[in-house]
Amino acid sequence: MSQDIRIKKGLDLNLVGVAEQAFQKEVSSSTFGFYLDDFHALIPKLLLKEGAEVKAGEPLFYDKNTPEIQFASPVSGELVAIERGDRRKILSIRILADKDQQYLKHQKLPINNASRQEVLEYFLTTGLWPFIKQRPFDLIADPKQIPKAIFVSGLNTGPLNPDLDFVLKGSEEKLQAALSALNKLTPGSVHVTVASKKNSVFSALEDIVLHEINQLHPAGLAGTQIAHIDPINKGEVVWVVGAQDLVIIGELLLTGQFNAARIVAVTGSRVKNPKYIKTKIGAELGPIFEAIGIQEGDNRFIAGDVLSGSKVKPDEHLRYYATQLTVILEGNDYEFFGWNKPVFDKVSPTRALTFSWLNKKKAYDLNTNTNGEHRAFVVTGSYEEVFPLDIYPMQLLKACMVKDLDEMEQLGLYEVVPEDFALTEFICISKQSHQAIIREGLDVLKQELG
Amino acid sequence: MKQKLHEIKERVKDKKWAPAFNAIHTFLYTPNEVTHKGGTHVKAADDLKRTMNTVIMSLVPCLLFGIFNAGYQHFGAIEGLPQDFSLFEHFITWRNLVVGLTTVMPLLIVSYGVGLAIEFVFAVIKGHEVEEGYLVTGMLVPLIVPIDTPLWMLSIAVAFGVVIGKEVFGGTGMNILNPALTIRAFLFFAYPTWMSGDKVWVHGAVDGLTKANTTDAISGETILGYLAQNKTDEMTYSLSEMFYGFIPGSVGETSTLLIALGALFLIFTKIASWRIMLSAVLGALAMGLVFNAVVDLGWIQSYSKFYSLMAFDFWKHLIVGGLAFGIVFMATDPVTSSQTNRGKWIYGFLIGFISVMIRVFNPGYPEGVFLAILLMNVFAPTIDHYVVQANVKRRLKRAQHAKIYPVNEPAHLETQTV
Repeated sequence: MSQDIRIKKGLDLNLVGVAEQAFQKEVSSSTFGFYLDDFHALIPKLLLKEGAEVKAGEPLFYDKNTPEIQFASPVSGELVAIERGDRRKILSIRILADKDQQYLKHQKLPINNASRQEVLEYFLTTGLWPFIKQRPFDLIADPKQIPKAIFVSGLNTGPLNPDLDFVLKGSEEKLQAALSALNKLTPGSVHVTVASKKNSVFSALEDIVLHEINQLHPAGLAGTQIAHIDPINKGEVVWVVGAQDLVIIGELLLTGQFNAARIVAVTGSRVKNPKYIKTKIGAELGPIFEAIGIQEGDNRFIAGDVLSGSKVKPDEHLRYYATQLTVILEGNDYEFFGWNKPVFDKVSPTRALTFSWLNKKKAYDLNTNTNGEHRAFVVTGSYEEVFPLDIYPMQLLKACMVKDLDEMEQLGLYEVVPEDFALTEFICISKQSHQAIIREGLDVLKQELG
Repeated sequence: MKQKLHEIKERVKDKKWAPAFNAIHTFLYTPNEVTHKGGTHVKAADDLKRTMNTVIMSLVPCLLFGIFNAGYQHFGAIEGLPQDFSLFEHFITWRNLVVGLTTVMPLLIVSYGVGLAIEFVFAVIKGHEVEEGYLVTGMLVPLIVPIDTPLWMLSIAVAFGVVIGKEVFGGTGMNILNPALTIRAFLFFAYPTWMSGDKVWVHGAVDGLTKANTTDAISGETILGYLAQNKTDEMTYSLSEMFYGFIPGSVGETSTLLIALGALFLIFTKIASWRIMLSAVLGALAMGLVFNAVVDLGWIQSYSKFYSLMAFDFWKHLIVGGLAFGIVFMATDPVTSSQTNRGKWIYGFLIGFISVMIRVFNPGYPEGVFLAILLMNVFAPTIDHYVVQANVKRRLKRAQHAKIYPVNEPAHLETQTV
């Protein structure tokens, strides 16, 4: 049943460097890269040796624990390098791209007549499966499980996030194909949540339940939407698919080609002309940054947004799930009496001589300084102001820190993923690493209880 | 200087006393730490130092008032209180300031000196950073003790409060009891004659200074003292004097006006919980109303030793004694209070309620707020437990309708390895 969701708790983080709704001219990428830590807890088994030729869409490796999940190469070319870390753990894989791209030809899937098993196998064999994430535990979905529902967030509310209505414009046909196929995978519904039911690319689509939510971060996070539409209970599984990933899924279903196309918003205060750029999963970041223009200096490069993205180097490649790149200034400098003088240029949830409450519209140029040191939890009641789920955030964090499995379960750890705790981490006066604590808690719970 | 300190910091990094250096360094400069992997890349402006500093700022008016009031009460007791009171002629004067500074500043210095020294020692021994918890405690302590508290007593009490009240639990953020109140409670139970009666609230009274032209030693009874002894007739303080705070009492807790200002500042800055403050006020009023009703119904006779305190108008409880100070600055300590919003309502209400109850039923020591807060500190985790359990129950109830599907057989697919 379609819902109108209103959340009151949250925080919009307005930063400098919103991407202008225009495309930078495409740039070519000679190599493509896969980073294995994009897939949490995955143990990759390679299907090809170094030096082997691979086609776009051809399986590169699979998960040791779930061998049926295969990962497809985004391009055709030669597998040139496998970077290994401690105990020969694979860190990254690099492919030298062909000039003329060869696509592995898959059958088209007649979605309307396909059974659940057919859709499932199609997703698994064509490399589409890694786009489906499951909750609890925030991992790539386990194909053996049946989800009670599938969720797609049709809006972004995080800092400098790409505008999905702009990014997805014209992709309605592919979205429809992907959503219809996903609908076969669950006995429940495919829930899509958007900012406005009337003016969204999802408005006219079928086989989905459309919901509306007000645009206060974290309204755009799937976790917020799930909690309000159909919260996860112990033993239940829901799947989550990213909106841009639907386009890749839809194109493969319609054409039989694995086209790992991405539209990436290049944002942040250090970007000269923040814009969108069309590229592919795994493309080199260097040429993208060069084309868009980055100011010289000690910069922090982030794949994703400033709240939950991962730190990358500018000579690396586009991360698997990233649809945004952010560049801000590093803040590795001291500030004289930074703890007691009035603050006008930083965001604060309080008014303790901090003045961001005066002008909610102002855009800030934040750097990576922690603005204080790590401390024990002292202040109470502040996390609740930005946390829209029916969960006690501090109590859950403490349960995770002491690894109390019963409490973790009872306080709702199944319902959350690390990104749900990004805002509480941002405002945390004690500078605790909430997302890392939740990630560790999820890993412990998964390990102990499966 | 910035560069030099950075070099020293790098050099002493591995030394055992590095936390002590860092504590002073971070006091001067917010560190150059940057966000690391697996978390947010930016962080909000507030840290614990700023939070503590905001509480200290809200206490400064009370401290300044306490300094002048120390002199005012001292000379008032010797020479008699002025007939036509004028703020600048009788209160904010040089001689009041001198008396106040010489009596209050030593309390402040000893409180911070002893407390911070212990914090530094523990930080070095345990190898963690010096946390800022004591910044507020150190400011609170001189404000809640009688003016002539001997400094050696205060030192012992502070050492007890910091070690037993806080460090044994693991330091800032881990303690069960409010450290400032633990210090106050230690003083009260270890040296009761110095902490109550009519000789301790005015500077000089203990030493037996005499009133002008008489052989009587000066004394300064608090309003609660008068009430507890059923000597309401001898009490000469007007309502406005009680509200503005020109009355004897612990150093910084007499001025309800300035405490209310501090409360508004803390609520505006979102540092302290308005829920606790409001519910504690409501709790105190409720208990006061009950007692007033008992008197109105004639259930208690005027010769009863509880009569005066019970008959005291219910709302006046808020402007005498330490109740207001305790509600605003002690009950709201986030570490020792309830941590859930619903728990805060219950916790605050009970503090107000029990404070007035102790006040009335314990005439020997008519100030109940510190005992009430310590009691509720102990019960705060219990309150939170039941509040959180409600959330857990809701979750379990929902889980009864969980849609769990059987696990499929693994899809058999050919895979090959290299």
